Amino acid sequence: MIRRLGLSLAAALLAGTAAQAQDMAITNARLVIGDGTAPIDGGTVVVRAGKVVAAGAGVAVPPGVKVVDAGGKWVTPGLVLAITDLGLVDVGAVDASNDSGAAKSPFNAALDISAAINPAAQPIAVARANGVTRAFVAPLGTDAIFGGQGAVIDLGSDPRPITAARAFQYVEMGEAGARLAGGSRSSTYSVLRNALDEAREIALAPTGPRRDDVLLTRRDAAALVPVVTGRQTLLVHAERAADIRAILSLKTDFPALKLGIVGAAEGWLASADLAAAGVPVFADPLNDLPDQFETLGATQSNMGRMAAAGVRVAVGKLDGNSPTLAQYGGNLVALTRVPRAIGLTWDKAFAAISSGPAEALGLGDRIGSLRAGRAGDVVIWSGDPLEVTSGVVKVFIDGVEQPLQTHQSRLRDRYLTPQEGSLPKAYDW
Amino acid sequence: MTSVRPDRLGAFVALSLAIALAPAGARDKKDKDENAAASAARDFDKNPFPSTYRPYPGHTTLITGATVFDGTGKRIDNGVVLLRDGKVAGVGGALADLDVPADAVRIDGRGKFVTPGVIDAHSHLGVYPSPAVDSHSDGNEATAPATPQVWAEHSVWPQDPGFARALANGGVTSLQILPGSANLVGGRSVTLKNVYARTPQGMKFPGAPYSMKMACGENPKRVYGGKGQLPSTRMGNMAANRAMWIKAKEYRAKREAGKLETRDIAMETLAGVLDGEILVQNHCYRADEMALVLDMAKEAGYKVAAFHHAVEAYKIGDLLKANDVCSAIWADWWGFKMESYDAVPENAGILYKAGACVVIHSDDKNGIQRLNQEAAKAQGSAARAGIAISDEEVVRWFTLNPAKAIGVEKLTGSLEPGKMGDMVLWNGNPLSSYSRPEKVWVDGALLFDAMDSKRRPVADFELGQVGEGDVK
Repeated sequence: MIRRLGLSLAAALLAGTAAQAQDMAITNARLVIGDGTAPIDGGTVVVRAGKVVAAGAGVAVPPGVKVVDAGGKWVTPGLVLAITDLGLVDVGAVDASNDSGAAKSPFNAALDISAAINPAAQPIAVARANGVTRAFVAPLGTDAIFGGQGAVIDLGSDPRPITAARAFQYVEMGEAGARLAGGSRSSTYSVLRNALDEAREIALAPTGPRRDDVLLTRRDAAALVPVVTGRQTLLVHAERAADIRAILSLKTDFPALKLGIVGAAEGWLASADLAAAGVPVFADPLNDLPDQFETLGATQSNMGRMAAAGVRVAVGKLDGNSPTLAQYGGNLVALTRVPRAIGLTWDKAFAAISSGPAEALGLGDRIGSLRAGRAGDVVIWSGDPLEVTSGVVKVFIDGVEQPLQTHQSRLRDRYLTPQEGSLPKAYDW
Repeated sequence: MTSVRPDRLGAFVALSLAIALAPAGARDKKDKDENAAASAARDFDKNPFPSTYRPYPGHTTLITGATVFDGTGKRIDNGVVLLRDGKVAGVGGALADLDVPADAVRIDGRGKFVTPGVIDAHSHLGVYPSPAVDSHSDGNEATAPATPQVWAEHSVWPQDPGFARALANGGVTSLQILPGSANLVGGRSVTLKNVYARTPQGMKFPGAPYSMKMACGENPKRVYGGKGQLPSTRMGNMAANRAMWIKAKEYRAKREAGKLETRDIAMETLAGVLDGEILVQNHCYRADEMALVLDMAKEAGYKVAAFHHAVEAYKIGDLLKANDVCSAIWADWWGFKMESYDAVPENAGILYKAGACVVIHSDDKNGIQRLNQEAAKAQGSAARAGIAISDEEVVRWFTLNPAKAIGVEKLTGSLEPGKMGDMVLWNGNPLSSYSRPEKVWVDGALLFDAMDSKRRPVADFELGQVGEGDVK
């Protein structure tokens, strides 16, 4: 009886959170589905039980649902921020608040960052206020070539941020990987191949004895079993075209690998190989400097060229301290107006920050667009979302309207007039 | 050559007195030697690495039918701009009475926008160039907390590929290169024309004053505290600064009295600040620290030209306006270090509303390619907070205001007759994500043209490399 009561309480609690996801229809929208199709004027999106049930022109509003009239404003899926340390860090330079790396950990591939996500961290609130609703969180500050297992999170203002724990393994190759693996790229490949071999051995004999010359802890080797068996995506950070080709060739010996390339500043020089292998790429579209010897070919036309060659591209692993993901999409559009540059159309540029990352990680059926069945992550914008002057009006995650208040917005409110009034500023809250 | 010697008369008087009061003979020789030293310490060449920049030849060019943001806060629809002899020769409406020679290059600017050349008041191009390898790390002389003796121009690598990106993607025509912020005093800045040259002197902006870089807050105390020396705290920062200014004042007094025996290039920079010849560019994030620096500047007798980064400037917009100090800021960089935790995207808007000088800066080889977009972002955030600011005012933030902050506002930064022909023709409104420079002129010379694949610079480093001459 007590047991049953406990269960029903838990059920009630779960139901309670679901109930916050009010069934709703946003009407009169300039509606962006986010899958690369063109915006639809006069569109409607219907969200029930936290999921999109219909979106488009001529979609009927079911009786009894809350109606939000967008007044002709842009309505889009929430943005997906791919390959970020969001939720792992409060302040990057404050070491104690930064969980993006673990220099002295006895483990690496086994690290599961989902346990470290703080959904109440200000960077999450700020990203949410900028229209981001999901993020692929990766251990970017890794001190071994294997950073550990990244997670897909939602940015909702609630205690349950995890959409998918252990969604991918993150590995550092190229220049950085070479330093971590002992000093050279050849060492990186030996370390990586050895690790995958050890994982394969564990997969074949999960409880059996291991050979006496293993380098990985059992826990790390076991964590790579889903990678070597193709059940977990291996996201590889590499920039140079030669590195990308070398990584693609791993499939010869490890055919089950499900790869994604992160960075890929010279991806356009390996685009035929990437397209043939069907391997997606997460890239920073504004990376255009030969900042390292592995990025000599960097150009803003990288993503456009890769897309034109048939590579699945998504925006990810952005450099810089600005929280405005949408600006990267806007710049991809800008390139279409520059002679000889190659960018993406508005529709494809938007997809590169919504459905693109979701599909690259095999989550396109769950998040990233407003097609039926996807999470009810919807943003209403003050203007064209890819324009730098536009901002967010409303954000819904899983159908729940989100607070847009942040540390920043509270400071703005306090200091809109800098001078003190009849009391110190500290009383103005 | 701008070797200014305001104290030459003083030296002569001191010498005459010494001769009059001294007995003849040996003492006479000694006094002569001393005064020769004193004279060398005072009458030094203040410009030993003079600019050799010369404007490249340009055609007389007339743009018609464009929307012109002139940098002073004016907007001219269907405007015309005339460049002649490297200068802005005329700006006006469609019917402006301009004396246009028959052989002028005429550009149809309909649907396009014209602004002054973009100016970045805070760049480390050249001193932290690409590729960012250790061998290229030349921006912080982090071996002593104050290094006023170092000059950024002695670190600038004029082959930094970043200059090309700033020109082609950002429309940047002038930029101030600053030393880094590891030190309380990082050294002298150098202002450059964004025109590749074989030497740093060949890029130096003729007639631009020097600035001296200072830094508040976390960086100096972290770098030197980590070495177990002063400063390890913010109060240590201030103590070290004040002691330095006291010494500089003593140096200056000795110099005035003709008692200096040897030159001291560190003190020459500090004295130059006290003389008002060298501007102060002060890296400072927090409002409390900026307020303290303003009082310290009064105590020492100098003026701060601009606070750089200034993420909390919005908290003291009134104070900054009263002190006529510019705030050189990012639009929305936030939270990467503790002293940036209170950054708000409305910083520029609130400062503007308070009547204070707003400068959008980059401090970044990527950000310098989009100062126009950063300004637009700040404009959008301000608008959503109820502060409406016109496009033509926002354009000032990356043209005339940074020119003022670095002391070249009489020469460039706006499209006014007689000023340098530094100009950008944009393929759309520069305050849009979708717009890029179509053509960029520096001193009337067309140095970037998106319509001409060869009219873009390629630095030495990129020759023969993959992607040489690519659109980037």
